Amino acid sequence: MSSSVKDAVKAFIRENYLFGDETVELADDASLIENDIIDSTGVLELVAFVEEHFGVVMDDAEIVPANLDSVDRIVAYVGSKTSQAIAV
Amino acid sequence: MRFEQFLSQQASNRFSKTALVTSSLRLTYGDFEELSNRLANSLVANGVKRGDRVLVFMDNCWEAAISIFAILKTGAVFSPINASTKADKLAFIAENCEASAILTQAKLMPVVMGASETTSHEIGFIASARSVDGEVPEGAADFEACLKAENATIDHGGIDTDLAMLIYTSGSTGRPKGVMMTHRNIDAASESITTYLRNSADDVILNVLPMAFDYGLYQLLMSVRMGATLVLEKSFAFPQAIFDRINEERVTGFPLVPTMAAMILKMRGLEPGFLPSVRYLSNTAAALPAEHITRLRDLFPGADLYSMYGLTECKRCTYLPPEELDRRPHSVGIAIPNTEAFVVDDSGRQVPAGVTGELVIRGPHVMQGYWRNEAATEQMLRPGAHPWEKVLHTGDLFRKDDEGFLYFVGRKDDIIKTRGEKVAPKEVEAVLHAHPAVAEAVVIGVADPVLGQAIGALVVLSGQAVTERELIRHCATHLEDFMVPKIIEFRDSLPMTDTGKVSRRFASETMEMAK
Repeated sequence: MSSSVKDAVKAFIRENYLFGDETVELADDASLIENDIIDSTGVLELVAFVEEHFGVVMDDAEIVPANLDSVDRIVAYVGSKTSQAIAV
Repeated sequence: MRFEQFLSQQASNRFSKTALVTSSLRLTYGDFEELSNRLANSLVANGVKRGDRVLVFMDNCWEAAISIFAILKTGAVFSPINASTKADKLAFIAENCEASAILTQAKLMPVVMGASETTSHEIGFIASARSVDGEVPEGAADFEACLKAENATIDHGGIDTDLAMLIYTSGSTGRPKGVMMTHRNIDAASESITTYLRNSADDVILNVLPMAFDYGLYQLLMSVRMGATLVLEKSFAFPQAIFDRINEERVTGFPLVPTMAAMILKMRGLEPGFLPSVRYLSNTAAALPAEHITRLRDLFPGADLYSMYGLTECKRCTYLPPEELDRRPHSVGIAIPNTEAFVVDDSGRQVPAGVTGELVIRGPHVMQGYWRNEAATEQMLRPGAHPWEKVLHTGDLFRKDDEGFLYFVGRKDDIIKTRGEKVAPKEVEAVLHAHPAVAEAVVIGVADPVLGQAIGALVVLSGQAVTERELIRHCATHLEDFMVPKIIEFRDSLPMTDTGKVSRRFASETMEMAK
């Protein structure tokens, strides 16, 4: 499950922020902001992707670096939201 | 007064007061003075002298703030460069202003090295802040070691009509132009702006805007001038995280551009009064839609909202006193204190209220011209009513109402405003034309709810195949992030005027229709 989430997240980031460039290395734990991969308005697109692709609704308070500022963090966040949904 | 003297005065009067807060560090005025003295002495030891140009190629970090004041303390001129600038443009700027040094950070060193390879101009000294792992990149001196030089003031002999900074702006010819500002210019602009914003030493000002953008840079300059506290953040990517900073630091001044306002207003759960410490909001770069003004005022009931307008060539032109906002929400107001703003016709004569003409600015904040670019300078600075001075022709079309309040109508040229930054279409077209698959290209602004205008391009291919993504990637390797087209459409030919010239207006219309 998490590997498919990770693949989807990485594919989205590569396609949208690196314009499909396969030569740029994208470490799973690298900060997307510090490494200038996404900018301010890029986060809006990232939130829209997470909501649409994984069917979660992000509260304002959840749109923070701890949940979105690396591939690993996004995967963990999506995992926590989808497991909550299953538990309910 | 030379601007570095404001810092020294604050260090004398408010030694222990917090001057600068970043995510990694808090600096008092005493620290700020000492660290900038030490860096200045290191710069001098490495060959920087009065009048030299030194590039500050960093994102919004404490090292950038220290660098700016250290450079002034050597008697040299600083030039802040956007951290997303690519090697070829950095090389152009370094060569254009004959930079004698570059202060940068580890993640940007590959760009600096790339720039040094493409220019014959020798950059005498490069210092870099360390990487997150604490490493000093190859090819650069250690910025931290530079902060260990002597803590002493430098007697450089400079006066306040010396050049203080060069800010490069997107040029309509496709090459950036360095706006020349003296210490006296910055003193005048910052005095005027802090007067109408009623800033004081009690203010805590937030800055998330890049300091290569004069609006961002002036948050630092004005904060030091007033002995206030600056909270410096790298971006507005995570608004909620910034709101937490505002509450923690009890921020009083919150400068915005319309893109930030749009991002705030996209959030779902904000309650009126959620940032009670904010005393004022300011907006510039482009007008806020009236609906956004109303919603911002609902969210910030205790804050004044200042609609402002300006251009790098004089820093700021006008502001709307907040008490006028209800009566004329679409106006950008009146000339800032101790300056004048007129609307003129093509012969330079003032036009009556209600008539559209070009906005002309007069005052001590007007630039000295563009660095070594007389033709462009003559376009902007022209003889006015008085024999002793030239006035600034902004290239912006305005009108006045019966009470003298100003309204922005449009640009005289094709400059695009995106995310609050100006982009000359020619600069983007030059990069597109450099791709072998591109035969012809025209670049235009396309209306966008968050960006204001997004960069769009119509492209005619030369016969070689290329995808939209590949072309955007090509642009991203040569242009700052905000200049990269969001949309590229392929056409068999570009729309022309009757006289056979490529028409941006028609291009814009066909692209809007395609949307």
